[in-house]
Amino acid sequence: MRQFDEMYSRLPATGDAGEVRKHYAAYARWLQAQDPQTMAARREEAEMIFRRVGITFAVYGDKDEDGSGTERLIPFDLIPRVIAAQEWKSMEAGLVQRVTALNRFIHDVYHDQEILKAGVIPREQIENNAQFRPEMVGVDVPNNIYSHISGIDIVRAPDSAGNGEYYVLEDNLRVPSGVSYMLEDRKMMMRLFPDLFSQHRVAPVAHYPDLLLETLRASSPATTAEPTVVVLTPGMYNSAYFEHAFLAQQMGVELVEGQDLFVKDKFVYMRTTRGPKRVDVIYRRVDDDFLDPNVFRPTSTLGCAGLMEAYKAGHVAICNAVGTGVADDKSIYPYVPDMIKFYLGEEPILKNVPTFMCRKPEDLQYTLANLKDLVVKEVHGAGGYGMLVGPASTKEEIERFRAALLANPAGYIAQPTLSLSSCPTFVESGIAPRHIDLRPFVLSGRTVQMVPGGLTRVALKEGSLVVNSSQGGGTKDTWILQD
Amino acid sequence: MLSRTADHLFWMSRYMERAENTARMLNVSYETSLLPQSAAAVEAGWEGILSISELLPSYLALYKTITPRDVMEFMVKDVDNPSSIISCLRAARENARAVRGTLTTEVWETQNQTWLEVNRMLKSGEFERDPGQFFEWVKFRSHLSRGVTVGTMLMDESLYFMRMGTFLERADNTARLVDVKFHAMNNDFFGAPQYGGAETESTQEYDFYHWSAILRSVSGFEVYRKVYRDVIRPERVAELLILRPDMPRSLHASLNEVLSNLKLVAHDLDSDTLRDAGRLLSELAFGRIDEILATGLHAYLTQFLDRVNVLGGRISREFLMPSAA
Repeated sequence: MRQFDEMYSRLPATGDAGEVRKHYAAYARWLQAQDPQTMAARREEAEMIFRRVGITFAVYGDKDEDGSGTERLIPFDLIPRVIAAQEWKSMEAGLVQRVTALNRFIHDVYHDQEILKAGVIPREQIENNAQFRPEMVGVDVPNNIYSHISGIDIVRAPDSAGNGEYYVLEDNLRVPSGVSYMLEDRKMMMRLFPDLFSQHRVAPVAHYPDLLLETLRASSPATTAEPTVVVLTPGMYNSAYFEHAFLAQQMGVELVEGQDLFVKDKFVYMRTTRGPKRVDVIYRRVDDDFLDPNVFRPTSTLGCAGLMEAYKAGHVAICNAVGTGVADDKSIYPYVPDMIKFYLGEEPILKNVPTFMCRKPEDLQYTLANLKDLVVKEVHGAGGYGMLVGPASTKEEIERFRAALLANPAGYIAQPTLSLSSCPTFVESGIAPRHIDLRPFVLSGRTVQMVPGGLTRVALKEGSLVVNSSQGGGTKDTWILQD
Repeated sequence: MLSRTADHLFWMSRYMERAENTARMLNVSYETSLLPQSAAAVEAGWEGILSISELLPSYLALYKTITPRDVMEFMVKDVDNPSSIISCLRAARENARAVRGTLTTEVWETQNQTWLEVNRMLKSGEFERDPGQFFEWVKFRSHLSRGVTVGTMLMDESLYFMRMGTFLERADNTARLVDVKFHAMNNDFFGAPQYGGAETESTQEYDFYHWSAILRSVSGFEVYRKVYRDVIRPERVAELLILRPDMPRSLHASLNEVLSNLKLVAHDLDSDTLRDAGRLLSELAFGRIDEILATGLHAYLTQFLDRVNVLGGRISREFLMPSAA
């Protein structure tokens, strides 16, 4: 299969130094001059710092020797993923366009449903979707924004001429995570290699919490000049707890759990040492299902009873809004280019990966005939669970998926196996190419904005295309080079 | 601030303080056990440690006899014993992690580093090789934790609740220490000679080591000499540890801190919490040691512990876990 490497236009081989792409030239020279022992020492230093600072994530189901939940480090790779300014400019425009259309779509779905009436998306695809929240029909939200924080997963694969082409792999519009790693990775790189930053003009990302706070405040429904913003976390045993605490601290707002909140007369309050305090904006890192036991899962203790009533009364903002899942579902993904044309009258800047919708008989037939070459995904799956990577799977795994597909075709989509671009990465044997993706974080408040870059995830296992941290993926610092 | 946040901060400090006091007591018992003495006296000393923490029954459920090795194992490494040093450090770190965003980076990293290191030390056998060194390390981490708190935290409610936790726990721990140690003397020794009877050379010697051990466990040996310029007398030890406002680990000094921090967070100046703390403090401030000894030290301390416990409950209900408004 054709391969695209971010750093090399020709990969190094024995007796051949390879050919470095222009925007990596200065970095390659620097790397060449580094002594391998120093780099190894830096790797250890990075790990020690991450552990001391407690930048960890919990792995569900795992227990350590003491029987407590495992806190793991996400492996951090020292070699940055570098993107040239020009490329980023076009990607950024594509992201603004895509997220704008997605927000229009969610608003439409819960109001006039023009896109369904126009027949662009089949009605049953929406109304039979488990992520569609009938509770949200007719509910107005501030600025008509639903997905305030969107994590758009982008991959790069070679086209027929061998040039790298960006594709959106999926949209994460519920509670996308990972932005803290983007920020911590940069901090770590600047700490370990300050000289690199004096040699490169790397666009800064540290103002993300500021933009986030601005976005959240802009979503406040109250007329108060000083809206009270809080971050709602499921608690310290959640896999992304570090990020919740980190963002709350960086924004200088309270990190609350469901038990800290209560609703009285359709207003939300938190319990403080000085009595109840009104809450105006909730940046929730809890799924819809757990937000309000009166409306959703009745056994949930992670949310707050009565929250939906306060929300519908317009007394509190929930970010992201309830019901955004209807737009990031894999069965809706194939329609995003159509949404862009429908709502904005524009041609999509960012490409979708060609997708077979197995609910269609001809797509199912094609998928079943080509399982060994395709990636098959559960429509509602996330985190790299519930998917089949055809070329990397055994006969048994393929047959298991075939049975599952036949039993419930509508539950799956299939895509060609993209050869994700690679980036040189430190591994046991030295430096070797490993596959990567990119998750930029797009903020929608009064305007749509983002910090340059995003989180680069890397599949550390040779040949693996799965970059999720729950599946042994690591992260890299992402550099957008300024001209 | 969030009540739950205040609760975590309060308990983070309490657990760190408890870990320190446990290390102090174990260290003194460990050092004392190196002196020549009867097996019964050694056993009584270690039993005292367990009584202080009200852990004798749960210890005896696990071990048949009281040996220094087993008591140390139980009080340092046993993750199922909620008062062991490892359990206290774990609870302190878990509470810190729950509110890490409220802590300064330095405070959080100190707690996290303590936790990572204690695990390494206990796994690598460093504790068994040199228990004294390990206890010193626990004390040092607690000093560091308090210092970094005072040195970096914004002087607002967060800090006040942390300080309140530290000193409420210290008042409790010092009271237990004094109670058990005086009790032990009464039982196996005080019977005849101490008040009135003739002192023999060996009882004098025993006395010196016993009382100086208590003093050293609260870093009070040098303080005693400085304050009293006298040989060590039990009633003065009691006075130092209970009534002296300038002895940093005394009940009086601890309650002083509890009340002053409580005043800083109180919004209801007429609350029972404030009243309780104020009463407790004024009894210490205006009390006399001869009166306390005359009415019975054990009875006095038992009552004191009850009242500290009630005060903790009031603080919790008023600030940390208010019922829904």
